[in-house]
Amino acid sequence: MKVEFNHQLTYMLESSFLAKLPLLFFSLCFSVVLNAQEPDIQKGKSLFNANCAACHKLNKRAVGPALAGVSSKYDKEWLYSWIKNSTAMVKSGDAQAVAIYEEYNGSVMTSFPQLSDEDIDNILAYTDYTPPAPAAGTQAVEVAAAPESSATNDLILAVLMLVLAALVTMLFLVNKTLRKIAAANGVEFMNKEKQSRTPLWKAYAQNPFLVFVTVIFLLLSSAYVGYSYIMQVGIDQGYMPIQPIHYSHKIHAGDNQIECKYCHSSARVSKHSGIPSLNVCMNCHMNIAEYNGEEDLEKGYTKEFYTNEIKKLYKAVGWDEQTQSYTGDTQPVKWIRIHNLPDFVYFNHAQHVSVAGIECQKCHGPVEEMEIMYQHSSLTMGWCINCHRETNVKVKDNEYYTKIHEELSKKYGVDKLTAAQMGGLECGKCHY
Amino acid sequence: MPNQKKYWKSEVELNEQSTLVDELSQKEFAQKLPEDLLGSTELPDSDTSRRDFLKYMGFSTAAATLAACEGPVNTSIPYVIQPEQIIPGVANFYATTIVDGFDTASILIKTREGRPIKVENNPDAPVHNTANARVQASVLSLYDSMRVQGPTQAGVDVSWETLESNVRTQLAQMADANEEVVLLTPSLASPTTQQLIKKFQVKYPNVTHHVYDAISDTAALNAFEKAYGKRALPSYDFSKATCIVSIGADILGDWQGGGFDAGYSKSRIPKGKAGKATMSKHYQFEANMTLSGANADHRIPTTATQQQFIMAALYGELTNITYPTPLSDAIKKKVKAIAAELKAAGERGIVVTGLDNEDAQRAALAINHQLGSKVIDVNHATQLRQGDASVINQLVNNVNSGKVKGIIMAGVNPAYTLPNAEAFVAGLKKAKLSLCFSMKNDETALHCQWVAATPHYLESWGDVEMKTGHYALTQPTIRPLFNTKQFQDVLLSLSESSSNYKDTIKSYWSSNILGGNSFNDALHDGYFVSKKSDTLRYRDNVEALIQRLARAKAVSGLELHLYTKTGIGDGQQANNPWLQEFPDPISRVTWDNYLTVSKADAEALGLKNINQSDGALDGSVAEISLNGKIVKAPVLIQPGQAKGTVGLAFGYGKTAGMKSEMQVGTNAYPLYTNFSPVQSVSVTATKDMHEFACTQLQNTLMGRGEIVRETTLEIFNTKDAKYWNPMTQVSRDHVEIDVTAKEADMWQAFDRSIGHHFNLSIDLNACTGCGACVIACHAENNVPIVGKREIRKSRDMHWLRIDRYYSSEETFKEDLEVVDNISGLSDSLSTFGKMEDPSANPEVTFQPVMCQHCNHAPCETVCPVAASSHGRQGQNHMAYNRCVGTRYCANNCPYKVRRFNWFLYNKNDEFDYYMNDDLGRMVLNPDVVVRSRGVMEKCSLCIQMTQKTILDAKLEGREIKDGEFQTACSNACGNGALSFGDINDKESHVKQLTEDKRMYHLLESIGTKPNVMYQVKVRNT
Repeated sequence: MKVEFNHQLTYMLESSFLAKLPLLFFSLCFSVVLNAQEPDIQKGKSLFNANCAACHKLNKRAVGPALAGVSSKYDKEWLYSWIKNSTAMVKSGDAQAVAIYEEYNGSVMTSFPQLSDEDIDNILAYTDYTPPAPAAGTQAVEVAAAPESSATNDLILAVLMLVLAALVTMLFLVNKTLRKIAAANGVEFMNKEKQSRTPLWKAYAQNPFLVFVTVIFLLLSSAYVGYSYIMQVGIDQGYMPIQPIHYSHKIHAGDNQIECKYCHSSARVSKHSGIPSLNVCMNCHMNIAEYNGEEDLEKGYTKEFYTNEIKKLYKAVGWDEQTQSYTGDTQPVKWIRIHNLPDFVYFNHAQHVSVAGIECQKCHGPVEEMEIMYQHSSLTMGWCINCHRETNVKVKDNEYYTKIHEELSKKYGVDKLTAAQMGGLECGKCHY
Repeated sequence: MPNQKKYWKSEVELNEQSTLVDELSQKEFAQKLPEDLLGSTELPDSDTSRRDFLKYMGFSTAAATLAACEGPVNTSIPYVIQPEQIIPGVANFYATTIVDGFDTASILIKTREGRPIKVENNPDAPVHNTANARVQASVLSLYDSMRVQGPTQAGVDVSWETLESNVRTQLAQMADANEEVVLLTPSLASPTTQQLIKKFQVKYPNVTHHVYDAISDTAALNAFEKAYGKRALPSYDFSKATCIVSIGADILGDWQGGGFDAGYSKSRIPKGKAGKATMSKHYQFEANMTLSGANADHRIPTTATQQQFIMAALYGELTNITYPTPLSDAIKKKVKAIAAELKAAGERGIVVTGLDNEDAQRAALAINHQLGSKVIDVNHATQLRQGDASVINQLVNNVNSGKVKGIIMAGVNPAYTLPNAEAFVAGLKKAKLSLCFSMKNDETALHCQWVAATPHYLESWGDVEMKTGHYALTQPTIRPLFNTKQFQDVLLSLSESSSNYKDTIKSYWSSNILGGNSFNDALHDGYFVSKKSDTLRYRDNVEALIQRLARAKAVSGLELHLYTKTGIGDGQQANNPWLQEFPDPISRVTWDNYLTVSKADAEALGLKNINQSDGALDGSVAEISLNGKIVKAPVLIQPGQAKGTVGLAFGYGKTAGMKSEMQVGTNAYPLYTNFSPVQSVSVTATKDMHEFACTQLQNTLMGRGEIVRETTLEIFNTKDAKYWNPMTQVSRDHVEIDVTAKEADMWQAFDRSIGHHFNLSIDLNACTGCGACVIACHAENNVPIVGKREIRKSRDMHWLRIDRYYSSEETFKEDLEVVDNISGLSDSLSTFGKMEDPSANPEVTFQPVMCQHCNHAPCETVCPVAASSHGRQGQNHMAYNRCVGTRYCANNCPYKVRRFNWFLYNKNDEFDYYMNDDLGRMVLNPDVVVRSRGVMEKCSLCIQMTQKTILDAKLEGREIKDGEFQTACSNACGNGALSFGDINDKESHVKQLTEDKRMYHLLESIGTKPNVMYQVKVRNT
């Protein structure tokens, strides 16, 4: 397993490196054409992210040491040769090189012969750069700015309320004045006719037909309400339990565009989509130890909050950030299962995902927008059946279907076949 | 005038002074209600009225109901680091081998999420490649809740280090004092273990190794050694035979380690051109009715003494020497005819014997040698049985006398299986060191100082030489469930070796067996065949023996024939509920062993079998006495039992390490004196009656040829199929038409010409009734165990049953003639009455029956909720969640294959078998739902397997090849009796079988159009 890990890691490094090569070349040309004297922090940052960030962080030890202020620790010439070919330096027996090689348990730093001295200067400028501490004033404004919009809303509401109250008072006053004028002019109100009329409710109660209709209506509607209540028992649409680790599908599948089946790989071949094992998480999170994306302060999803959730993963999988190694002390995560089908239903992901080619979102909803995962569909039999009635079987490029499709379409004179026509409504296809 | 008469109910009424009558007439209840009603003395003062009480009750019931609607919170726990090979929801198969000292088989183990759930045959393996019922069930024994979970000393848990260091010290001390230590194991055909034991003996020279087989094959081993100079048993391939003569050998049972039925069945299917078809002919001389006798063309019930005469006479006939024997003329004539047929068969003839008599065994070898039989293979002999009864007898004496100071046992249970177990146990208690490697706290472990918990074979490593040059490997398919250690690993540790057993096997195989081939390949396949072969020469002279056989003396009293049952065998897996509930193929009795007695003897001894009105069977309890030992056993009157003989099965009556539900039957081992399966006993009736749980009461077929069709090879070859396999005719407009004709059909049918259409064919010629399919069906479909009490009420849950029918005359053909000749009502009543009694030596047929998946299913039309419906692929679907339990379908099923869940059989203390604990439930197939109370269930033609095959093809984007579609039963049948497939695939084997002239449907006349078909049984008479 360990071997497999390393393999995967190197693969990732390689691929990211290869992907960035043209970019690197481009930026190199760019820097040469422009002024080459002053180290460019922006360029340094992009070079750092492209080449170094896989193993180094600025302020924290990762696979390699933290790089903030590294230029003050070592001679510049030494750094040039180290970055370009560290292995040669270790072999040559350079004292500093050997010391650092041994400190990191003999892990070899990738050589970067393609980096020019200027590039390295740029990178070093970036690693030396300390962003100026933000002025207290601006921060305060920023904080104040957030509640501003809601404050205006409240204000508008309050003004509207005042206007409304004024209107009501005015109406009352006008009425009062008018009555006074009327009294003064000797006009009298005629109330007699109104009194002799039977009140509406009494008239209603005395009309048996109306009462009968109402009773029937009430009975039917309460039956309807009762029936709908009973029918929703056991349907957990919208079920959104609190998970032991706050895993955000929005960040992973939405912001970072990770394919669903990268983690839920068994959905392709198995009846279960499978919750990824923690080693799959570590494929990426071995290098991503902190969250640097967008925050949602209102809900408390700060960077610290997310970083803390990553720490929970490290604890579960037994990953020691300091030594960058597995301790072997693992605590399996007890996720709460959201999509529960009854025992008497057989559902197979592979059939739907691989054979039918249905998008995960068709049943699971907009997962890429879900900060907290919830059950999108009702998962009732009616829901299944409807889809089977409407969905055409994907017969193209599948030799299994070729003959059957040919015969069936000849027989029924239709080109497309729904799952229902292929027997997808038979009881025994899902219940055994 | 009004009637002045006074009616009175009690004398008191006549006493006019008494107020009692008045008082009573005013009151409904004579006594006051008890004050502590509902546990409260303040009840009368309570404000709570009855109405309030009902209100609260109603409210709380409703609240509880609604609260229960809240779904439970399910957790899902993924692997921390997922093993590469495991994908949740996808099964893995591993090749392994079971060798438990009694059963041997190369098998595949299906595992799901790392737990073994099913045993499958390993058809690629060249020998022992079919799993019998016990091997099929062995996966459940892995999850036995009675297993020992760690090493113990005098019942107290200890660590392995403690056990090993203590035993090591003690062994060293005993070696210094030169005190004898005995290592007792069953036959170990494992080359690596044998080497380990040798090394162990080098380390501790005072250790002697003895092989103890609970059921001994000493006579056959000795005979082979005398004839060929090697202590082993020859291998047989009955598929090459045209004439099989068995004298007391149950070749389809456990004779010489079993596993011969697949080859046998191959020779039993009529093959060849129309009119010239051939099949083997099988003669069986035996006392108990066995599977072999039931399948034989001619079965002659004989006592063991007679069998010796027959052996002598047969040898005489073949060598043209006459040995005078006291046989009846009829049998002599038969022997003469058999000898002629054997001569004609030549190298394709075979004589086998199960007599525990060295002379008889040597005679059989001599005959086979003389015939030049190709069926027997002496150069690939097997050492799966090695035990020597005389050595064990001596050993028991030595243990008892205290001469043996230390005893180490692995895989044996002598305190249960020895005939003189008390003597052994007395010695065992005296021993300085007693160490027992066991999976259970069994009878032996209870008396040992140290119990070393051993893993199940599915958690173990191992190797075996099945026969010369044919090797097989055992590999673990699950991590050990408990703190267990293999016997071999402990041996290594005691020998102070740093290696483990797995590496030892690997290095031994690399240097001695593989000859440069890959170990991993062998492990993947589960077997390895080398070119190694013996060249053994026949060197025996048997003339004198034949004289001895011809002069054999009859026993006084009754001859007791001890045997092993198909289900329980030697009793190792007696705590396995699948096997306990498995109906014996012959008697159809579950949960019991019994004394089989012939009808004539039963009448003479006053032994009775009574059928209760509810269909349950009762039998008298008999006392069997042998040299002062008395064993009580219930009696079952067995048609075909030789007069003067009785039979009793081993493996029952176990009490230690067993759930109370499984402690059934009588222990027959105490009667196994001198390891001889034939004993002279006296039987007396007692007044007690025993209640059997028998699954089939109707014993005879009553001449109903529509159920089991059979014919003879002669008729099969000479007459038209319409004669021996006629299609039922119905009258339409006074014209006879076939019942399958379109005009006779009033139903509309699905169009099944497109897609798959599944059919199952059952060949009555190839089915030996072994029952492997029954257990496979249990394992695949989560069929519950209901227990003896429920079985007795005919509430068995077997989806697949194997009906056994006797003929009431000597043959079924004669039955038919009797039925045809009935005239008049009174005659029919009396004749049918008589026909319910099977003949003294009946013909037997086996017929597996499961849901027939009728295209016009009577069950579907009567279901009020449409829980039973039809699929286009030919399967009759049963939606359990839709079923409301009216049982109309079971009533309307002409085949009686539907099973009703009268109770909740899982998580229910009333049914404490395997679905009641977490461990036992690990065997459940996650693809099939576990049914709950009140629903009907039945065979689904393993729709989960056909759906899986279809899905695999879709995923891979290919068409499905013939042979890919299987069911649990067709997979389990190594005999080729069950074939499953798609009849819309014109090339498929099953399609050809639908067109076979032997094909017929069960109860064709009722027009159900089943998708299960049968092939007419042909007897070679």
